[in-house]
Amino acid sequence: MEMNVFDVIGPIMIGPSSSHTAGAVRIGNMAGALLPGKPVRALIGLHGSFAKTGRGHGTDRALVAGIMGMMPSDVRIRNSLELAQKAGLEITFEEVELDGAHPNTAVITLWNQKGESICMQGASIGGGEIMVTQIDGMNVEITGNQPTLLVLHSDVPGVIAGVTNYLAMNQVNIGGFKLSRKKKGDTALMTLELDEAPDEKVTQGIRCFPQISRCVLILPS
Amino acid sequence: MPSIAGYVEKAEKEGKTISQIILESQAQEQEKPEQELFDKMKQTLDIMRESAIEGENPELRSTSGLTGGAAAKVMKRAQAGESLCGSFFGKAVARALSVSECNACMGRIVAAPTAGSCGILPAALLTVMEEKKLPEEKAVMALFTAAGFGIVIASNATVSGAQGGCQAEVGSASAMAAAAITELAGGTPAMCASACAIALKNVLGLVCDPVAGLVEVPCVKRNAMGVVNALAAAEMALSGVSSAIPADEVILAMKRIGNTMPASLRETAEGGLADTPTGRKITQQVFGKES
Repeated sequence: MEMNVFDVIGPIMIGPSSSHTAGAVRIGNMAGALLPGKPVRALIGLHGSFAKTGRGHGTDRALVAGIMGMMPSDVRIRNSLELAQKAGLEITFEEVELDGAHPNTAVITLWNQKGESICMQGASIGGGEIMVTQIDGMNVEITGNQPTLLVLHSDVPGVIAGVTNYLAMNQVNIGGFKLSRKKKGDTALMTLELDEAPDEKVTQGIRCFPQISRCVLILPS
Repeated sequence: MPSIAGYVEKAEKEGKTISQIILESQAQEQEKPEQELFDKMKQTLDIMRESAIEGENPELRSTSGLTGGAAAKVMKRAQAGESLCGSFFGKAVARALSVSECNACMGRIVAAPTAGSCGILPAALLTVMEEKKLPEEKAVMALFTAAGFGIVIASNATVSGAQGGCQAEVGSASAMAAAAITELAGGTPAMCASACAIALKNVLGLVCDPVAGLVEVPCVKRNAMGVVNALAAAEMALSGVSSAIPADEVILAMKRIGNTMPASLRETAEGGLADTPTGRKITQQVFGKES
């Protein structure tokens, strides 16, 4: 397939760097989408070049803006730290060293008011593209370029068939699939890349499965 | 793989401009009406214009304090009619600086093709459009030409400084802009290809050596060079000067040069200007101040 003209003349973004700013917003965005409800606390670990040159590129502000739901073209990004403070989001930054991780990697842990949390590791791999590599200790590969359904469930027989059948019944086609799990019989995470974003009622239907603890739909930004 | 020669051949055969060829094939590829893509590209041009205006603020400074305010100085001189090469030249340089400074200061820009090289295409198009009093529609179409040439470069080589050095970023932007303004000024498809080839040839080997790893020094001023280079290439192409080496081969040469460039000169901030006494001192100041 031919490249899209708007991949070359675009994206429309807040500067200065597609990898250190725009990509960082998208990583924060993904973490924010994974947490149910509003985040009240964030611990952000910066690795490699993100730790070294991140602040000059506004990587810190970009990640926080993303966590708060802003898109890479949002002019409020440069004031996101002040906006987070006003919104009651407490942020801590730390430098981390991750073995073998991409140089532009962040590890984000978020907590909501109920004390629920999510921990996500993602890398900005160039040109604003990202790759989420870990969620709650499970290995994943999420680019966020397609509508992506993340389903956290008990690792028991029939859940995958149940979800995929349910999607088929609702005329949703699956373009990519990956299962990750901590260990056999524990918690598992399904990543389903979909050709089109399903209706809200489809994700709600999946949430009704008794073995499923969380279901999140991530839409391309 | 798309090629510049392929675009030129198709345009000449069908008696169309390169921008028409690109718009048609993209509409088909994306299964969208041409008008929808045109409107989206028009919005893109609007954002470019806004960035150019925002960057002209004399008070503008980047987080590191390294850049900001240069565009305002050049624009002031251009508007006062004091430019060395006339106000058209002064304005083109000022706008390249202005969009790049807008980027460095966390303003909104269009990556074209990258954030580091975002000033070249807006400066070239907006200034030629203004100087020649051309309707905006033509500039929007010229953006499709730029994008088409950018697709060829990105598909056959790279537009990433980390992979190919500055020649891949500022070089690609300059080549795309050269082709776009050649079409905007009424040049033939073959002239667009020559302009692209000439502009890229002129900056082959240019390394990516950002001081402190920030998209500021030398990136902002290299955008000014990029637009001037594009204007020179377009001027030659429009006069009937062709490139001895065809554009597609120049693009492949750019890729091979990038492959042999040491990592220290590909966006790692370890060599070149980043590794000068002043470059190292600035790095220390920037990070010393922040930690």
